[in-house]
Amino acid sequence: MNKYLERIYNGIIKENPTFVIMLGMCPTLATTTSAINGFGMGLATTAVLVFSNLLISALRKIIPDKVRIPAYIVVIASLVTIVQLLMQAYVQGLYNTLGIYIPLIVVNCIIMGRAEAYAAKHSPLLSMFDGIGMGLGFTLALTVIGFCRELIGSGSVFGYEIIPADFHISIFVMAPGAFFVLAALTALQNRFKAPSATNVSKEEREARKRAGEKLGCDGNCQNCMLHAEEIAAQAAKKAEEVKR
Amino acid sequence: MKELLLIAIGSALVNNVVLSQFLGICPFLGVSKQVKTAAGMGTAVIFVIVLASALASLIYDHVLVALGLEYLQTIVFILVIAALVQFVEMFLKRYMVPLYQALGVYLPLITTNCAVLGVALTNVQKSYGFVESVVNGAGVSIGFTIAIVLMAGIREKIAYNDIPRSFQGSPIVLITAGLMAIAFCGFSGLI
Repeated sequence: MNKYLERIYNGIIKENPTFVIMLGMCPTLATTTSAINGFGMGLATTAVLVFSNLLISALRKIIPDKVRIPAYIVVIASLVTIVQLLMQAYVQGLYNTLGIYIPLIVVNCIIMGRAEAYAAKHSPLLSMFDGIGMGLGFTLALTVIGFCRELIGSGSVFGYEIIPADFHISIFVMAPGAFFVLAALTALQNRFKAPSATNVSKEEREARKRAGEKLGCDGNCQNCMLHAEEIAAQAAKKAEEVKR
Repeated sequence: MKELLLIAIGSALVNNVVLSQFLGICPFLGVSKQVKTAAGMGTAVIFVIVLASALASLIYDHVLVALGLEYLQTIVFILVIAALVQFVEMFLKRYMVPLYQALGVYLPLITTNCAVLGVALTNVQKSYGFVESVVNGAGVSIGFTIAIVLMAGIREKIAYNDIPRSFQGSPIVLITAGLMAIAFCGFSGLI
């Protein structure tokens, strides 16, 4: 397969950011009250991701290694501001619905994760296609989750009502429904042993760590948090010993 | 005084930052295996969010508005927060060793917590003044601590339960979070 098309396939299917590597959970849960909202949030994130990957990859030889994280943050935050202003000007309705979650694209781990794991090591064009693939994968996932919640919770598909109001289970468009839909989807994934960050066995994770694959940011915030807990526990133990 | 109390209760319980706003999901799912670590994380978050909302409010009112640069808020806030966390860590290490030993390990994890940026942006969006911003920050972060400590308490129990294989790991945690969110919906008539 063409190496550019391979990046897009990788982003949508093989390493889908939401379902497989489980990144960016905040917008996934918060903005999927309807399929259209999920789709809009996905496209906004895609726009930022494509250009941040392109810019960071183009600048990768200029940015000094020690200040790369702050430099990435500035690039990403500037792009988010541009997207925010454009949305405010041309898609007012969506801008008002998504509200605070548009500026919060800055702290979406997918963008930082791809910058660190891919764009910092590959050519600009390839990184751009990686951004397109990851962005489309994210958009697809958000649209699917939004579709499920909208269908069960308000009985409509993309805004067209198909189930009468008596049969709406409105909790699915409220906050708890987001957790339940995501829980059901990850449980299905576990059931069918589909690859996902949550069902990698502990031995496999250890083996990868030994092979040096997980050094630095591997683009998976959840791994970091798992690892962070171990570090935190060790450090707390050490501090107690010192106190004694 | 009454308005301040309403802001605090509203942001801590009614619009809980994790369970109804979906901010800070990463640490909520990642650092909630033990009550002890969850409480440490919560305390560190309270510390950072209160400082960050105070600082962000001052910078917005006296620098950005004064210079007519309100549209730069996202860039400025994220840089201020990242620098603040670094600075707090260095300051505690140098001058407040016991506090550093208690909170130090959690501080680097907080930069990635979207609740911090979320609070700073909400304060601007609702045009809160300095005092209101600090109170709102305190409310939000106390709400976060309540949610994460409760979650850790439940997860300590879940560890001994017999869970269907498909639901082991993150699905059962998400279901628990959903049930907690239903419980927190009950606060919505409070104010």
